[in-house]
Amino acid sequence: MATQILMPALSPTMTEGKLARWLKKVGDDVRAGDVIAEIETDKATMEVEAVDEGKLAKILVEEGAEGVAVNTPIAVLGVDGEDVSAAPAPAPKAAPAEPKVAEDAKAIADAAAPRKPSTVREALRDAMAAELKADDRVFLMGEEVAQYQGAYKVSQGLLEEFGPKRVIDTPITEHGFTGMAVGAAMNGLKPIVEFMTFNFAMQAIDQIINSAAKTLYMSGGQMGCPIVFRGPNGAASRVAAQHSQCYASWYAHCPGLKVVAPWSAADAKGLLRAAIRDPNPVIFLENEILYGQSFELPTAEDFVLPIGKAKVEREGTDVTLVAFSIMVGVAMKAADALAEQGISAEVINLRSLRPLDIDTVAASVKKTNRIVTVEEGWPFAGIGAEVNMQIVEHCFDWLDAPPARVHGLDVPLPYAANLEKLALPQPDWVVAAVKKLI
Amino acid sequence: MAQAAEAKKRGKARTGLSKEELLRGYRDMLLIRRFEEKAGQLYGMGLIGGFCHLYIGQEAVVVGLQMALRGGDQVITSYRDHGHMLATGMEARGVMAELTGRATGYSHGKGGSMHMFSKEKNFFGGHGIVGGQVSLGTGLGFANWFRGNDNVCLTYFGEGASNQGQVFESFNLAALMKLPVVYVIENNKYGMGTSVERASASRDLSKNGAAWGIPGMQVDGMDVEAVHEAGEAAVAHCRAGKGPYLLEMKTYRYRGHSMSDPGKYRTREEIQKMRSERDCIEQARGKLGELGVDEAEIKRIDDEVKRIVQEAADFAQSSPEPDASELWTDILVEG
Repeated sequence: MATQILMPALSPTMTEGKLARWLKKVGDDVRAGDVIAEIETDKATMEVEAVDEGKLAKILVEEGAEGVAVNTPIAVLGVDGEDVSAAPAPAPKAAPAEPKVAEDAKAIADAAAPRKPSTVREALRDAMAAELKADDRVFLMGEEVAQYQGAYKVSQGLLEEFGPKRVIDTPITEHGFTGMAVGAAMNGLKPIVEFMTFNFAMQAIDQIINSAAKTLYMSGGQMGCPIVFRGPNGAASRVAAQHSQCYASWYAHCPGLKVVAPWSAADAKGLLRAAIRDPNPVIFLENEILYGQSFELPTAEDFVLPIGKAKVEREGTDVTLVAFSIMVGVAMKAADALAEQGISAEVINLRSLRPLDIDTVAASVKKTNRIVTVEEGWPFAGIGAEVNMQIVEHCFDWLDAPPARVHGLDVPLPYAANLEKLALPQPDWVVAAVKKLI
Repeated sequence: MAQAAEAKKRGKARTGLSKEELLRGYRDMLLIRRFEEKAGQLYGMGLIGGFCHLYIGQEAVVVGLQMALRGGDQVITSYRDHGHMLATGMEARGVMAELTGRATGYSHGKGGSMHMFSKEKNFFGGHGIVGGQVSLGTGLGFANWFRGNDNVCLTYFGEGASNQGQVFESFNLAALMKLPVVYVIENNKYGMGTSVERASASRDLSKNGAAWGIPGMQVDGMDVEAVHEAGEAAVAHCRAGKGPYLLEMKTYRYRGHSMSDPGKYRTREEIQKMRSERDCIEQARGKLGELGVDEAEIKRIDDEVKRIVQEAADFAQSSPEPDASELWTDILVEG
């Protein structure tokens, strides 16, 4: 009986991939464990091993095909003499799971500058490459950043371009290498420390807070610490509680740090360049799910964004939605849904959490008279709590309804697909929160 | 004997310090001793607050090692840091004024006893979290490696901190990258009130880097000449690009862990025995006598040190407290 070989999912966030190469041809015998093809995912090129045995009867997806959805049949295995003509026809290209380019032109309209589409991943890489080129004190270190090209492919090509002294693989010892990077910064270098995810930075949080954030103050201004700590933050996809946590409010709590959380490719590139140039320690909270998303990105050589400025992504008159990182996308979708119901929502992308651009938020609230914050993290002492409190302090008299917040549920993030979805803010949560206020 | 006679003729002491160098060492150790005694007094008078960890007894370690360094090398240590600062040449008055929390202190009164720095003297603190400075010192050495110069970072920590995970992470990193870091374990026998035997399964801390191939040496930390000699070897190893080196300094603190230590974990006799038989300053004074330094010269040094310390104490008490506006400075580098 013929067996279909399906496009495998090779990472938690993979929804599609490129069938880079077939290593077997029609008519070849295949045994379990044989490498039959190479597939490029969003993170790496992977070998696909056969699970079943038989003769490769038909190839359904030719090599070079891009955007092949997970679970698409890519070949058929048959036993000798079997007729496999009834096998399914080659699969169509997968429909993209997410819109590849942000539809709202305003989403990226900083100016009328020339733009091209870029993923967040490419934008981050380009930002590091530009600053590595501009300043020979800058270097990148972390787990798998060099030879492996980045656990999430963010540092792809940097080792080749800048060499092993500027792009350094470390052992899996966050506490030690973070302290080492902070010491290097105190001694005049400008390290970029990549944490494979911010969950692992908890091992190093003492060095980040006690050494990086406080030494300038404790030394009476003598010892600065120009350093960037970056990596994916928050939930990814089905990696459960220890690998899915938002650290925004942990770091934003601390004087002596700057905390940045980009959403779009423009945010990623412009803010990362600013972070690397900044003479202070900057926590740069990325998001794994955003890495593969495309946005229009200004092409100007000197494109950089200021830290500490929020961006109005969409103008509106009835309610202000305040979000950061991946939740900006959720707020934008909620704004679309609200528009269909005749409610005009203004969406603010905070971009920077410390310093917090409360002026931009307050100006918006004075216009809309309502605020709903949207964050993926837990509510207790969260960013939403802080933004809303500051709004109460700044423009209480303009509020027509109590400030409201949408947030991840107050539970460790569960593994099961349905439970995970139930725990993370969805656009309809935002819609429901807004409708309570209007 | 012939060698000793020859050494004496050249003005050299037995293990390598010249008469002038030993005089300098004596003076620097005495300065630390008298400074710390004065700090203890001021603490008792309520002029110094918070935690205050005195270095009395351990002076030979920093003084001997500092003589093995040259301009451009870095020093970093823990919270028992007053001696290290004075050894690097930081001014006694600025250190004492920081202890009293005054505007004229090295950190403008915002760091205190445990957190002081001097960019000018390449002293990188003064760190309050046990073991934290070990990774930082590894990073200071990393910067030397990155720049391709042959400067060395002296990274001090106590035998208590030597059990911290990040210390071993740092050993691995430094050995892996061949970083120029001399790790100095100041083994004063007690991590707060817990003796080294009760805290570490390692009986020879100089071998704690052996798994990574880091050479180590146990040194009589009460003998400034022995310390200096070991320091020269360790620093030369690092300068030659051979990677890190580990020195275990066998030393002793006469005072409590901090000012509030009741000291029930050891006997008075134990302390008295170290003081009377092994004291680094007394040993140096004896050697100077053998080298023909007369009492008048010693007295001149004693008087100079006394004057510096008194002047520092006066300065630290008469300087103003920091202005309230200092609360909001140096949180971030502007611009």
